[in-house]
Amino acid sequence: MSVITLRVNGQTRTVDVDPATPLLYVLTDDLALNGPKFGCGLGQCGACTVIVKGEAVRSCSVPVQSVAGAEITTLEGLGSPENPHPIQQAFIDGQALQCGFCISGVIMTAKALLDKTPNASDAQIRQTMSNVLCRCGAHIRMLAAIKKYQQQRRAGAPTARTERGGVQRRTA
Amino acid sequence: MKPSIPPASLALTADASAALSRRDFVKRTGALIVAFSAARVATDLGLAPQSVSAQGINGVGSPQLDSWIAIAADGRVTAYTGKCELGTGLYTAQLQLVAEELSVPIDRVTLIQCDTSLTPDQGTTSGAQSHPTNFNHANLALACATAREALVGLASKRLGAPVDQLRAVDGAVSLRSDPSRRVAYGELIGGNKFNLQLDKNARRKPASEWTILGKPVPRVDFPAIVTGRFEYVHNVRIPGMLHGRVVRPPALGSTLVKVDEASVQGMPGLVKVVVRKNFVGVVAEKAWQAEQAARRLKVEWTPGRQIPDQRTWYQHLRSQKATRDVLTVDSGDVDKTLAGAATVLRSTYHHPFQMHASVGTACAVADVQGTRATIYSATQAVWPLRNTMATLLGVKPEDVRIIFRMGSGCYGVNGADTVSYDAAILSQAAGKPVRVWLSRQEEMAFENYGPAFVIDQRVALDASGTIVAWDYESWTLSLGGRPGYNAPGNVVTGYLAGFEPQSVQPRSPAPPPTNFDNGSNTAPSYVTGTVGNRSGGCGIVKSERAVTHTIASPFFTGPLRSPARLQNTFAHECFMDEIAASLKADPVEYRLRHLRDPRLREVVTAAAQKAGWERRPSPRNGNRRSGVANGRGMACVLYEGDNGYCALVADVDVNMSTGLVTVKRLVAAMDCGPISNPDGVRNQMEGGLIHGISRALREEVTWSGERVTSIDWRTYRPWFLGDQVPVIETVLINRTDVEAMGAGETTITVTAAAIGNAIFDATGVRVRQLPFTPERVKAAIDSRS
Repeated sequence: MSVITLRVNGQTRTVDVDPATPLLYVLTDDLALNGPKFGCGLGQCGACTVIVKGEAVRSCSVPVQSVAGAEITTLEGLGSPENPHPIQQAFIDGQALQCGFCISGVIMTAKALLDKTPNASDAQIRQTMSNVLCRCGAHIRMLAAIKKYQQQRRAGAPTARTERGGVQRRTA
Repeated sequence: MKPSIPPASLALTADASAALSRRDFVKRTGALIVAFSAARVATDLGLAPQSVSAQGINGVGSPQLDSWIAIAADGRVTAYTGKCELGTGLYTAQLQLVAEELSVPIDRVTLIQCDTSLTPDQGTTSGAQSHPTNFNHANLALACATAREALVGLASKRLGAPVDQLRAVDGAVSLRSDPSRRVAYGELIGGNKFNLQLDKNARRKPASEWTILGKPVPRVDFPAIVTGRFEYVHNVRIPGMLHGRVVRPPALGSTLVKVDEASVQGMPGLVKVVVRKNFVGVVAEKAWQAEQAARRLKVEWTPGRQIPDQRTWYQHLRSQKATRDVLTVDSGDVDKTLAGAATVLRSTYHHPFQMHASVGTACAVADVQGTRATIYSATQAVWPLRNTMATLLGVKPEDVRIIFRMGSGCYGVNGADTVSYDAAILSQAAGKPVRVWLSRQEEMAFENYGPAFVIDQRVALDASGTIVAWDYESWTLSLGGRPGYNAPGNVVTGYLAGFEPQSVQPRSPAPPPTNFDNGSNTAPSYVTGTVGNRSGGCGIVKSERAVTHTIASPFFTGPLRSPARLQNTFAHECFMDEIAASLKADPVEYRLRHLRDPRLREVVTAAAQKAGWERRPSPRNGNRRSGVANGRGMACVLYEGDNGYCALVADVDVNMSTGLVTVKRLVAAMDCGPISNPDGVRNQMEGGLIHGISRALREEVTWSGERVTSIDWRTYRPWFLGDQVPVIETVLINRTDVEAMGAGETTITVTAAAIGNAIFDATGVRVRQLPFTPERVKAAIDSRS
């Protein structure tokens, strides 16, 4: 066990764990976060995705020690039920899910792409989402929600806030 | 860093969240009066024993209005349902139902779902049956109608006006002529029991007056889900909770030889190695410690059962002699009609084993303390699970409480029940609460697969090309299934712990059918379905026979979304297309020629019209022999013979050199009676179609020797988000004057057949085996030329 300091959703958190523990397990059990989910433990489905230093990362396959000190954002860090992030709002508006278990993979992967590549083409979006799994078949609505967010983002409407704990109010 | 959660987003988890005692819960919600299963609950709730209603073992709900509806002094309504949210939107739809029928705003309703200590026993929530159960003239809908009429009756006395001059609006009853004279529900009943039985004659509100039901109300759980606040079963955290992992055998039939506990001795956090017959698991303080201990633990097993070679699997299946035979229909004259027919056509179809393959592996949290057990489970069947859990743990059913928490979408009996047993066994051994989640391989190698089918089809045609006899014969498999109330061995954990799975009892020949029930769509839509004096089918073909032979399966099997209905409909609807093609008839016209059910005819016509169906025979003339060929196909079904009409037109491209099938456009028409939530229905239809594409084009359980080899997302590859999806158009036929039917399993039932027919239209090649992989389609194209 070792004491590891993490930056999660804008807050500093200290945990005492085996440094080889997958980040997902720490987020779920030590920090009691519900956003990232265990889907396969193999990095194949995306359900555990979080954003680390701007990159979509599969937290089931990353030892916690490797992200010590790095800025980590989970689904909770984007927005809250009362004040969702625009990409989360796009999924609510489009009713773009069913069971929702996969949603960290879908939203965090898409957001990391569009943060880096705001003008990503449909082909790029599709390529990036090609290893994200939704089993309920909400694919079309999900892709539409991602597009809608991209368009809003480009139009300069309520854009990506900084990923800090979901506590700030949206500016628009 | 517990986020603050607004009440609205907690909607699905407000039910007695872990920290809340039942007594607190009752106080808080004002729901005095819920009481079910047992004296234990009555005691916990501080109720007199006689207030505890008898619990029907078959999920018969409850005749007591107070079991379903409670109204607090502030007018808030608490409703109790035994049908749970599986990701399909049923929770929101039930909220709409309660709000509508009781005439209260939806945000004044709290709905408590599936908790054996709180809600009525409604057996199993199996997707397509939950909507008809609670939205027609029984159970939850009837309870709401009874409550509304009771409130109007109370108001009549209070206001001194006859009931026909009153109406219920916005949580109050007022005079039609003078709405200012009103009395709120809270004043009428608040905090007290109705003390009424459900009234069969209570009048449902007519759909013409609906303002909440029938509208596209957004899912109430989505804001919490998309912001990561929603509590799935995976997120249930109990103080002192430990973490368990299981160690499965290498294959079914393997038995335990030896567990070397010394191999994990001293591992950090390890609490216990648990062995019960062939069940092996570990408990540790943290999930990662449990996982490592489970990996490190040395366990010796006997070899498993050899599984017949997959390459010759279908021959094996159809050649077994120890079969259980069932006749769905048998007019007795099929052989004679075939012998005298102008033309006889025949074909054989093959459908593989497929799996639920939920995106999240199964998870459960169990707290077994002495003779009492509380289990948080994503099961579809809290009451049946309560009974089998009691059997497994050796405790009384009334001392077991099963609390539903949503899991990953299940599509049938996925790992939710088995992992509940895993958690319970480990918790009982450790004497502490334990959470277990399965590894991807543990889930995929041992789940209850949707079974394989071989289906022989034969028809007799008269000189005019009309079908005069239909002869269906199939071979499929079974082992285990839903545990029900008494068979924990029907899923892998119960089996490993020493309980036998239900297996096939050979019986051949089949006895004659005594009533027509369509047999999971073994009877095609085109036959009359005549048994005795009643014709329950949708079609006109009088000479009819449908026989199914079931053999013992080498794998566990169980209901997978559209169980057997999909496999049968694939065979029926492709064969119908073959018959039409042999006669150079338009496939839509040819179907209509043999259908007498007006609602099935209407969905066929509606889908064809919306799709711009061009009347002509298949295959398309002048299609390309190389490059990319395009085609269209139709399929239709009345799901289960009485539970949802659907027709689908598929438009596909086939790459003639690679065999790759791309579905370009799907147009589906559906009639499931009165629509509770049109956007929810569309979401289900779309989801069923994408799921259907995945199963039609890709999914197949594979094995080698004694082991399953499709054990992760590379070896069992479903349709990922980046994969090509078609344009989907849906036509909703909303019939408010008939019973509500299921809506979640109709489109998936026709997808494979419509795609198969479109492949034929494009290429002239009939592929009769699923999945339609590029290799299989290419081989079929090559074998023609």
